[in-house]
Amino acid sequence: MHWTLLSRLSISTLQIVGIAVGSPLLLGLMRKIRCRIEGRVGPPIAQPLIEIRKLAKRERIRPEYSSWIFTVAPIVLVATTLILVAITPIFSTGSSWSADLFAVVFLLLIGSVSVALSALDTGTAFGGMGASRAMTVGALAEPALLVALLALSVPAGSSNITTILVRSLYNPEWLVTPERLLALAAFLIVIVAESGRLPVDNPTTHLELTMIHEAMILEYSGIDLALVKLGESMRLVFMLALFGNLFIPWGIATRPGPIYLVIGMLSTAAKVVGLGTLIATVEVGMAKLRLFRVPELMAGAFVLSVLAVVSSLVVR
Amino acid sequence: MKINLLALTSILGMAGAIAGAITTQKLRKWLSSLFGIATCVSGLVAAIEVLHSNHPMIFQSNKILVLSGYSLQLDRFGALFVASGAVVGIASMIFRLGYSGHGLASRTASFVLPLFVMTLLLVPAATNVTTFLFLWEIMAIASLLLVLVDHRKRPEVSNAGQWYGVMTHLGAASILIGFVLLAIYAKSQSFASMEATAHHLPSWVRTSSFFLLLIGFGSKAGLVPLHVWLPKAHPEAPGPVSALMSAAMVNLGLYGVVRVGLGILGGGPTWWWLTVMALGALSAMFGSLHSATSTDLKRLLAYSTTDNIGLMFLGVGAAGLFQSTGHQSLALIALVAALLHMAFHALFKGSLFLSASSLQQATGSRDLDSLGGLLSKMPVTGTIFLIGSLSIAALPPLCGFVSEWLLLQSMLHGLPSSNPSLAIAMPVGVGVLALTGGLTALTFVKAVGIGILGQARSKPANDAHEVRPTMWVGAGLLSAMCFLFGVAPFLVIPSVINSSKELIGTNVANPLVGGWQVGLLGNQGAIEPGLLAFLIVVFVAIIGGLRKLIQAPSVRRAEAWGCGRETQTSRMEYTATSFGEPVVRVFEDVLSPSHNLDASQLSESRYYVEAAHFHTSLDDAFERRLYRQAAAGLRWWGSNARRLPNGSIHRYLMFGMVALVVVLVALG
Repeated sequence: MHWTLLSRLSISTLQIVGIAVGSPLLLGLMRKIRCRIEGRVGPPIAQPLIEIRKLAKRERIRPEYSSWIFTVAPIVLVATTLILVAITPIFSTGSSWSADLFAVVFLLLIGSVSVALSALDTGTAFGGMGASRAMTVGALAEPALLVALLALSVPAGSSNITTILVRSLYNPEWLVTPERLLALAAFLIVIVAESGRLPVDNPTTHLELTMIHEAMILEYSGIDLALVKLGESMRLVFMLALFGNLFIPWGIATRPGPIYLVIGMLSTAAKVVGLGTLIATVEVGMAKLRLFRVPELMAGAFVLSVLAVVSSLVVR
Repeated sequence: MKINLLALTSILGMAGAIAGAITTQKLRKWLSSLFGIATCVSGLVAAIEVLHSNHPMIFQSNKILVLSGYSLQLDRFGALFVASGAVVGIASMIFRLGYSGHGLASRTASFVLPLFVMTLLLVPAATNVTTFLFLWEIMAIASLLLVLVDHRKRPEVSNAGQWYGVMTHLGAASILIGFVLLAIYAKSQSFASMEATAHHLPSWVRTSSFFLLLIGFGSKAGLVPLHVWLPKAHPEAPGPVSALMSAAMVNLGLYGVVRVGLGILGGGPTWWWLTVMALGALSAMFGSLHSATSTDLKRLLAYSTTDNIGLMFLGVGAAGLFQSTGHQSLALIALVAALLHMAFHALFKGSLFLSASSLQQATGSRDLDSLGGLLSKMPVTGTIFLIGSLSIAALPPLCGFVSEWLLLQSMLHGLPSSNPSLAIAMPVGVGVLALTGGLTALTFVKAVGIGILGQARSKPANDAHEVRPTMWVGAGLLSAMCFLFGVAPFLVIPSVINSSKELIGTNVANPLVGGWQVGLLGNQGAIEPGLLAFLIVVFVAIIGGLRKLIQAPSVRRAEAWGCGRETQTSRMEYTATSFGEPVVRVFEDVLSPSHNLDASQLSESRYYVEAAHFHTSLDDAFERRLYRQAAAGLRWWGSNARRLPNGSIHRYLMFGMVALVVVLVALG
């Protein structure tokens, strides 16, 4: 019943490979769904993978005044995301290396900070604008995120992700309590904001006045751009997988064995694809919010998460 | 014969002061700094000895303060503050060897600096009221003189000194009254006998002395609304002094509140601690908002000190709250988190202030908008500044992460208890912690991104060179410790637990796991910063290697895309003001910025603007609405009161008579 070190390492490796290959595909799928709903054919699902391969061959250019931060940032972004994927339970709880919900937030912050710093390092107005907006949205999303995670940790009495997952598998009645639903709603809003999706940021726009994320990575080219794109899509998929497992924990492998692992992989993939489809479908009918309306959305998410904590104490 | 280290610390500090006062200009800088280092080393050894043994260190002498006795007793709680102050002191004194600020080389400054360092180390050891206030006042006056050293060159300095002088003396008066109140009932001025009688005191005495002392110590710590002097005085002080003030002196305010609240008074009712938490939350939010919108690098750091002090008070308030509701082990966790944050804040804020002073010395400016591009010109100082910034933004594997995570844990585990005040205080506390965390990340992305990255924003910044090695050794010492304690927090956590137990109770079981992990016993959540650091190194190496394999590492340097413009100049870069602008807009009601647009039109047509001046400023709302109003009221009172003494001898006789009657009635 105990995980051997080898099996834990191989699960982590499997998660890394799965997310690294799967996340561009999910982006392709979301684009395809959006195009189909809008009545267009759309590019093939594997298009983001093809783009990454193409970019890897292109020339790398770096701005004249940039320092080593600019070249290191894409690596740090991808590395921290992969570390998160490796240490949190995604396919199986066997990959949990003291994975803590709050620590996840701080690790994600490393990626955001390094991209924002690289944007300022270019010395252009676009970079500064994007970094300023992204950090503001991130700062406003933080309270909602942490309080939502607090609400999710209270019933299990722990912020360890594995503990939360295992305890909620044994207590299915936790899964539909109002505090969980409120907290998860807040969490989902934050995921949308953090990954730069509509209505907070439009990932397909290149209109300078509205860009947030695209403005930051404008100067990247070649393999660096490929790394940034890959890192960003992995962040989205990682957050969706975490959300999916917290929302519906069934399916994740809680014991060693290849069959459980395959079930875990399939169920996580299904959860992520389901959530991706949901986001893509909702995005079609949505316009981007004005930048200064975003705080209201984040305040709304914060209220939801505070209500979640309060109701978790009132209901019991 | 064994030397008493507390006596040695006092003697070394005074010897340094004398050496600084009587020697020549060249010698006094070295002598006073070296004596300062020796003082700190002696204090550090004393503190480590106390932290590792169960016995407090005692020194008593009746030769200095004849009536009360100069009485020092360093226990484990005080030792933590001594140790962290000593580390900052050593770094600042090394830094000072290379620092070429003109004012700090003066005779007065060389006399006062070792005294300041000495009192920073001895205040936490004072064990009666006279000794405490004696050291406290030397510390206040010494630091005031050190703030003022550059007053001839810049007029802002004397203004800052005025604010600091007034606030520190109001604070000292408040502390004095608070202690006297306790001493009257204890019939003794030693802290031990106050502690023995504290439980039998009437509740109004306990409450009023607690709040008087909270006000007094809060003003030293820079707690909102008593913080107004801090963003003025800390930036104006010369580099090493600003580091000592912001990284070590503010901690003594925290020391005082905890020593009185949890030590001497032995805890109090819930509402005391809710007030402390509320003040902490207010300071954290207000400080982080102002540091997010500041464009002056050292002012930004000073506001961030208010922010971090707020987080520490949040933790201390939570500890008191848990203690008053009977959750001893939770109280221990919260206090450990607060004290750990205190110790780590000293490290990263010290390194930030020192490296910011290096940047200031190299460029002649501390305005973010005239720095820029310094990471490639001053690689060592730039890297030190970067590490400090990442630590304060709580990014793993640096030390800020550990203490903030532990603070979050203490609040998470405080929730399930059925007490309603906890149920409301904890989620609000987490929200405050999260918002300030996010704003701190924004602030330091701004400080690093605008300050040392990109294109140089002014000619001096373009011509900047690396500072002298002593300067970066001083700052680098602290940032190396940020990394060391972030990766291996087990080096400090046991000492912090011992030191917290001194106040919470030595019999409380230790709820924290040991070893490489930081966390709570019983699978309640843990982190492993060492593992994270290892993984970050491994993954960065692997991905960097892969990138090299896939593509030749040759990178073409080219001009950044400028929307078709021919050249990209530094004037087109994003400024610190514009970086913080979204925050100003979102929090407009709190920050209440003032805008002023002056446009003059051409005489031919009013549709053509000849010149336009746009001025925007962000005053401290508390300064404007509270202090300026109070000062205006005081001035009004003074000018009206001047009418009373009109020169008539009859009137003065009447005043004397009335006063006599009042005194007789009051005494009768």
